[in-house]
Amino acid sequence: MASPCEGGRDADGAIMNPKSNHPEPPGQQIAPAFIEMRGISKRFGGVRALSDVSFSIQAAEIHCLAGENGCGKSTLIKILSGVYAPDEGQIVLEGKPHSHLTPAASQRFGVQIIYQDLSLFPNLSVAENIAFGHQVQTPLRFADYKAMRKQAQAVMERLKISLPLGALVGTLPIARRQLVAICRALAGEQARLVVMDEPTASLTHQEVDALLATIHELKRQGIATVFVSHRLDEVMTIAERVTVLRDGRNLGTYWVRDIDRRRLGELITGHVFENALKPPFTGKEHPVLEVRGLSCEGQYDGVNLQLRPGEIVGLIGRLGSGRTEFALSLFGMNPPDRGEIRVNGKPVHLRSNREAIRQKIAYVSEDRLSLGLVMPQTIADNTVISVLDRLRGPIGLIDGTLRAQTIERWIFQELRVKTNTADRPVQQLSGGNQQRVVLAKWLATDPRVLILDSPTVGVDIGAKAGIFQIVDALAARGLAILLISDEVEEVLYQSHRILVMRSGRIVGTYDPQHVSEQELRETIYA
Amino acid sequence: MPTEASTSTAPTSPTRPSLIDWLVRDPTVTMLGGLIVLAVIFFSAMAPSRFLSLDTPRAMAFQMPELGILALAMMVPLMSGGLNLAIIATANLSALVMAAIITKMIGPTSPPQALFGVIAFALTAGLVTSLIIGLITGAIVAFLGVHPILVTLGTMTAVKGIAVYATNGGVIGGFPPPILFLGNGTLAGVPVPMIFFVLCAVLVAVIMSHAPFGVAVRMIGSNEKATRYSGVATDWMVVGVYILSSLLCWVAAIVMMARFNSARAGYAESYLLITILAAVLGGIDPNGGFGKVLGLFMSLILLQIISTGFTLVGFSPHLTEAIWGATMILAIAIALVRDRWITHLWLRKTSK
Amino acid sequence: MPDRDPSFKAVFRRHDVQIAVIVAVMVVLFSAISPSFLSASNGVSLLETYSVMAIMASGLLVVLISGGIDISFAAIAAVSQYLTATILVRSGGNWFVAFGLAAGFGALLGIVNALLIYYLRALAVIVTISTMTFYFAILMFVTEGKSIYNLPDWFTADLSLFGTPFPVVVAGIVLLLTVFFLSRLSIGRQIYGLGGNPEAAKRVGCNLLGLQCFVYGYSGFTAGIAGLVQAHRVEEVVPNALIGRELDVLAAVVLGGASLLGGIGTVSGTILGIVLLAILQNGLTLMGVSSYSFGFVTGLIILISVSATAYAAKRQQRRHVRHAN
Repeated sequence: MASPCEGGRDADGAIMNPKSNHPEPPGQQIAPAFIEMRGISKRFGGVRALSDVSFSIQAAEIHCLAGENGCGKSTLIKILSGVYAPDEGQIVLEGKPHSHLTPAASQRFGVQIIYQDLSLFPNLSVAENIAFGHQVQTPLRFADYKAMRKQAQAVMERLKISLPLGALVGTLPIARRQLVAICRALAGEQARLVVMDEPTASLTHQEVDALLATIHELKRQGIATVFVSHRLDEVMTIAERVTVLRDGRNLGTYWVRDIDRRRLGELITGHVFENALKPPFTGKEHPVLEVRGLSCEGQYDGVNLQLRPGEIVGLIGRLGSGRTEFALSLFGMNPPDRGEIRVNGKPVHLRSNREAIRQKIAYVSEDRLSLGLVMPQTIADNTVISVLDRLRGPIGLIDGTLRAQTIERWIFQELRVKTNTADRPVQQLSGGNQQRVVLAKWLATDPRVLILDSPTVGVDIGAKAGIFQIVDALAARGLAILLISDEVEEVLYQSHRILVMRSGRIVGTYDPQHVSEQELRETIYA
Repeated sequence: MPTEASTSTAPTSPTRPSLIDWLVRDPTVTMLGGLIVLAVIFFSAMAPSRFLSLDTPRAMAFQMPELGILALAMMVPLMSGGLNLAIIATANLSALVMAAIITKMIGPTSPPQALFGVIAFALTAGLVTSLIIGLITGAIVAFLGVHPILVTLGTMTAVKGIAVYATNGGVIGGFPPPILFLGNGTLAGVPVPMIFFVLCAVLVAVIMSHAPFGVAVRMIGSNEKATRYSGVATDWMVVGVYILSSLLCWVAAIVMMARFNSARAGYAESYLLITILAAVLGGIDPNGGFGKVLGLFMSLILLQIISTGFTLVGFSPHLTEAIWGATMILAIAIALVRDRWITHLWLRKTSK
Repeated sequence: MPDRDPSFKAVFRRHDVQIAVIVAVMVVLFSAISPSFLSASNGVSLLETYSVMAIMASGLLVVLISGGIDISFAAIAAVSQYLTATILVRSGGNWFVAFGLAAGFGALLGIVNALLIYYLRALAVIVTISTMTFYFAILMFVTEGKSIYNLPDWFTADLSLFGTPFPVVVAGIVLLLTVFFLSRLSIGRQIYGLGGNPEAAKRVGCNLLGLQCFVYGYSGFTAGIAGLVQAHRVEEVVPNALIGRELDVLAAVVLGGASLLGGIGTVSGTILGIVLLAILQNGLTLMGVSSYSFGFVTGLIILISVSATAYAAKRQQRRHVRHAN
């Protein structure tokens, strides 16, 4: 067994392997890699998606390809699956180099991709979905339901999972649908690598454990798993090795058990947090928003909250903890069963989001792409959509000057969205600029309370800092901000006060000065 | 536009406007303008004496408005991401209501004062009929979330059913001169129906671009949920869409009634699909959110030129319809090729 | 039958069963009101009248399941009907030739739709409206609206199989054929898959062009057969007889549970939808209600049915959201 040539070590203790320019994890043997991508570059028009990226996958390992949106990880996977051809570089499958792959060739080698939307047929049964590959080969053959069920059963037994064969996939919860997708990847062709895209995005804690068990079972059967992610938790929980991409470059491959969590976060996100905790909040004004005993059956229970002008309160909790439902209740889109909401001391019943807006509450949704912005429409129209009534002229039509002024102020001056004109479709902007447009829209409503739900999801690293600067500036101006997130660092460094939500209840209130990330994590996932 | 490359903020208006920018700014109008010019040249060559006379635009100006106003009535729901299959049925029922009142309450011996009173009453009744249909349609689409094709299929069948039942499929006709004037007269040389159409067109254009309602409708057409999350009362907007559409049907009913001097349950049924054709040809995105009245106006002109031209040349009206169908396919193909070409040019430009 | 989880609740909630219940109620009601309703001759005559609609509905159902829509099938029926009749009158033939021609012309015209939709990447509703306009206009232009009266005797002769009129037999065969490939052949499952998730179908490797050609080709195929049967029934070919029925057929298929969004629909449901409309109209006739009222009643039934389905779906969705957390 050859031992790695010791080159220098980089700052994290990763060994520099002189064979490739990329740091290899210490103690790693150089066996012929199962799959190796060497020197891959890819451009789209004027944009470099990947620059000289090398990435190798060992047989039967669990490997994460980590990086923020836009770092190039999806492109790399698409090159591996044959959807794209690289401009430069090679794909080496068990020692055999290829200049590019086709989807068929990739599948023949055993690469199976599970897309984030799972690509399942909701109107067909579990067995049919799993065995669907079979159907495609000969359209005129009989649909052999017995054979389909047998095949599905066999795959499920291999993975030691059990799913109702006859249930329509559309009726299953997402965790089980994911298992169906994994089974389908394993049916038929000899799968040797399963690629998953953000697999834990919608899973509860137990479901993540179940998924992990399945992935380990895959490993036991000699099948490698590569999953693509930007969530630190996911990476640290599931992966054995992690490769970090940023701006189309490979920043290194590391053993997860060896790397420092904070260091990994910084590699992925790029030094966003300057380790400067916020000074404690000293505002003495009356709370602009008070919530007492707010409850909504099946979602959250007995939540109390106070927001003062200029205060940033962080609310953190796992998906399913009730945090988004609670936020929607504050925004009038999810009427609570019990409890009280007071704005500036006066109790309010928010029956619609229009009433919430009238009460000066604004909500920036987590899902920017489908809920935050109307993508095909212009920046200008997206900016004024919430304040159309305020822009009316004498005969009820929109006053062009007022409209232009609103856009000029919020898009160009205050939020400095990078664009020549506001008359382009907002989908042409980068993630960070899109988020600025969303903020512009809500700030135009002149809110006193701003609820931000995961505001930096899908925003590239360079832009994240910018978003947080804006948030700080808004707080300095007297806005009360509720920052909801599932990234512990974000909430720790950005808030004056932290609330942890679990299973619908607030289980802890913390002062960022006096709590560690570890403690917070334990409270969140206890 | 390729999604991968959209992370860069490519400027849309460089200092020197290039061919791409010009094409992109309003490709529909450009293309329709070109087709209109081609059509005029074609028909002028085929029948110069008959086509190139003052009668031609005049005849067109009388024939176009019926289809035009109905096309506007189809455009508004299309912009909201829906469809209104019931426009013809609504117009017919509205016309029948008005016709029934006029013919029943006005005889040859009625005094002139009564005339205007009755007409006013009839017009109001027609308006109310249309409004009710629009309200029901809009309410079911907005509050029950039923697909507009299905709802308007139901209302179309039901409304036509009422009309047929009430009249036993027959005709109500014979209107007094003021009504006939609305369909056949001219004001300052411009045919009255055309005036109606232009007024409606201007109204819809202004609403869609400058009224809060119009902006909201366009946003709803592209993404109803996001628009709702932004604090817009999307339910009521959608109801408003179908009410506006039905209102335009009422105006169309007046024009049709006046031009045919009669009303019947099955009139103009072939127009239904032509209005969709005209809208899509005019650049209205059938998925919703985009479209300009100018484009619709031009596509109607083009369709009318083809129709009038063919009639003058002696072609059967059926052949005209066939050409309309083929034109739609041609327009889609042109749009596809054009979009591909623009993307290709854009990619080349940004790779430099 | 395809793989389904046979829990009782699931069965009861299924759209078909609900419609069947409504039909049963209506049968009871009408037979109480009018004694001649529940007679064999009435039933057979009803079947015969709606057989053409049932044939067209089969084709439309398949298109809807695949996630598309076809407005041109009535025009295709008219064109292939006319072409077939012309050839039969001029050169003679027999039923095999007749069916071959009619189905062939229909399928060809349908495949044109598929090619346009696929290569132009356009909405099916727009393309089929255009082709409908084109086909029908050309037909009217060429025929000048003239009907064909002198159909061969063998064509117009009354045929029946064990007492079942010929149109009903043909309709039965077409329906069975549709059920067969939808549930027994893998192409049927692919059609459901395409309607359920077109993106997934592409990724799994389905031949999208092939599926589209099959689906729209089948719609044309059934339209051609329907036109032929119609000509046999009325013993003449009238170019514009079938036009205007598109939305009636769509109504029947939708009443039977097919979704405009694709992926959902069954032959049994479609049959029930047609039966519902047929019984309704027949019952009203026997009650002496003017036939002019049919439109209104049909429209009302459509509105009520789609509203009820949507309302039920909304309530279930709200319940789902509340308990999903």
